[in-house]
Amino acid sequence: MFQNLSDKLQSVFKNLRGFGKLTEKNIADALREVRMALLEADVNYKVAKDFIESVKAKALGQTVLDSVTPGQQVVKIIFDELVTLMGAQQAALDLGRSPSVILLCGLHGCGKTTTAGKLARLLTKQGHHPLLAACDVYRPAAVTQLQTLGKQLGIPVHAVPGETDVLKIARGAMEVAAAQGRNVIIFDTAGRLQIDEPLVQELVRLKEVVEPREILLVADAATGQQAVDIAARFNAALGLTGIILTKLDGDTRGGAALSMRAVSGKPIKLVGVGEKLEDLEPFHPDRMASRILGMGDVVSLVEKAQETFDGAQAEKMQEKLRKADINLEDFLNQMQQFKKMGPLENVLGMLPGMSNIRDLSVEQKQLKRMEAIIQSMTPAERRRPEVIDGHRRQRIARGSGTTVADVNQLLKQFWAMKNLMKQMPRLGRKMAKMGGFKLPAR
Amino acid sequence: MLGLFQKVRDGLAKTHDKLISEIKRIVTRAPRLDAESLDDLEAALIGSDIGVETTMRIVEEVRRASAETREVDVVSIARRIISEALASQPAALRTAQQAPTVIVLLGVNGTGKTTSTAKLAHLLKQDGRSVLLAACDTFRAAAIEQLKIWGERTGCDVITGQYNSDSAAIAFDALDAAISRKCDYLLIDTAGRLHTKKNLMDEMAKLQRVLRKRLPDAPHETLLVLDASTGMNGLNQAREFHQAIGVSGLIVTKLDGTAKGGIVVAINRELKIPVKFIGVGEQMDDLQPFDAKAFADALFS
Repeated sequence: MFQNLSDKLQSVFKNLRGFGKLTEKNIADALREVRMALLEADVNYKVAKDFIESVKAKALGQTVLDSVTPGQQVVKIIFDELVTLMGAQQAALDLGRSPSVILLCGLHGCGKTTTAGKLARLLTKQGHHPLLAACDVYRPAAVTQLQTLGKQLGIPVHAVPGETDVLKIARGAMEVAAAQGRNVIIFDTAGRLQIDEPLVQELVRLKEVVEPREILLVADAATGQQAVDIAARFNAALGLTGIILTKLDGDTRGGAALSMRAVSGKPIKLVGVGEKLEDLEPFHPDRMASRILGMGDVVSLVEKAQETFDGAQAEKMQEKLRKADINLEDFLNQMQQFKKMGPLENVLGMLPGMSNIRDLSVEQKQLKRMEAIIQSMTPAERRRPEVIDGHRRQRIARGSGTTVADVNQLLKQFWAMKNLMKQMPRLGRKMAKMGGFKLPAR
Repeated sequence: MLGLFQKVRDGLAKTHDKLISEIKRIVTRAPRLDAESLDDLEAALIGSDIGVETTMRIVEEVRRASAETREVDVVSIARRIISEALASQPAALRTAQQAPTVIVLLGVNGTGKTTSTAKLAHLLKQDGRSVLLAACDTFRAAAIEQLKIWGERTGCDVITGQYNSDSAAIAFDALDAAISRKCDYLLIDTAGRLHTKKNLMDEMAKLQRVLRKRLPDAPHETLLVLDASTGMNGLNQAREFHQAIGVSGLIVTKLDGTAKGGIVVAINRELKIPVKFIGVGEQMDDLQPFDAKAFADALFS
């Protein structure tokens, strides 16, 4: 299985350079690779087939064939088509009148209840006053789960323990919302198979009673070829208004997203990216396209860096770097900031071609050791590393549980870096900016 | 009991219907198997989630066979390759020489670990065994309550702890209890975790280590619970869990839908982890021991 489609295509096309021009057959061969990539990413086979057809039509145009870098051109077409297919624009929730009703539905275990909690939190942050309604009357403790989430968030939950009539609970929720002045009601429902007619009908009746503004299908990003059937059937029965994709923090390529969007025509509105309640984000079609193609997600990385790195501190650091006036304290500082971005694997995994990266525990340990060494130094030593003599090295090694050789190595690295900065002040400036680097042209 | 078999058959029938009829349709339309029908065949096989690799092998073999003879039995080729991939290890539950047998259930979020724990407990109870449950999902809201309710329904005691407490500690206490109460089985339900989260995988490894401190050969089974509707990512899940913790078997859940669970073929092929049970419904007795031959036959009968 290959991780980086972009690389693969480049190599396919590179072999053709000697022949001057691309032929229809060359492109067909390359598109076969693309099709496999899509299938490996769980894009539905029919969706993949149609997609390849439309890319083929575009790729055979003159601009591609005459281009110096046909491989890149084809990748760009594929990428753009994927983005278009997934909705191009970010689709926001449409709340409309008050009280506005949001109905969540989906299979078992796709994350409806957790998503209900996350959504309520998001809406509260946007200035709304949501009410959660617990309509999963089947799974044991589902109601308790939503109540617990509500308590954690400080958001009211309407639940009638023991009641099995979903419609009764729903009507109650509408009344409570009206009485308490809640302007959005989020209905959490039980998981059900798309082919389970009686349970799907229950949703249809619930829909009639609460007249939802948004009917959102909650779907696991790791769903396989089934995704199409799930989206199509829920859409046919309920008329979906959008999709929430969950568990995107795993390593799934998320071809399900593309398939669901393609068959239902409904936009993906939000994505779940973690276990914590704040981990619900707007959906970005372009990032998803990168992910499906295994092209990494540089934009998210940059955003994450900007989020983590303190702007003022970065300014100061830049100034220091310019003067090549850094000490070990700054070194430690940078290391700690970097660590805040999360485990090394996650950070590097966002880079193109590195999504396959796995075990970085050795590197992670090394970072930790370096941190320990610096922390075993006195503030004076950190600020003026030149005072660290043999005696001090021994003490530092003992204090950090490392060897003198380790300490020496760290100091050597530090001096080398400082020297480099003196020679290239401009490079140093660039490094300090971290978040400021530009995306490679697509 | 009869209803149960019906359910399995119905569940698999959906898979079988579609795949077999699809293949037959392709073959009758173009007995000579041109490039287009080979593409269609490939699509039909991919559509059952058996994975690109196995699909390619089948298509390649069909292609080769069709170059040699005019009459190609596509179905038998496909069936042979799939049963080869599936026919690996015995699917029976491994038991400890001396009770308790310790079984850990793990998997990504929402695959049905807690429900499967309960169903497995019920299955063992039906067999006349004494079962103790350990609620080691201390993370998800109400997960402990969920298992407690199942404990009441199946008539099993449940060892619990506080939310956000160390799950390994609860597992240890539960094992202690299982030994002193002379239970036949201890089933440990764990929190859902994505296989990409190193720290959560480490937590699992710790749980295992802690169990071994009390009982050196525990756990006797480490079962990965896998949702049948999972696509190719299921292979990643299995691979990562297997590498980090060591998985002795799979429980494939939600096979009562249209999902084909074809990912099992890919997992078996690459990792040789046998499927031990399949979940085929929402009721307590909807857990079935897995029969590899029956599964392959059902796909291509």
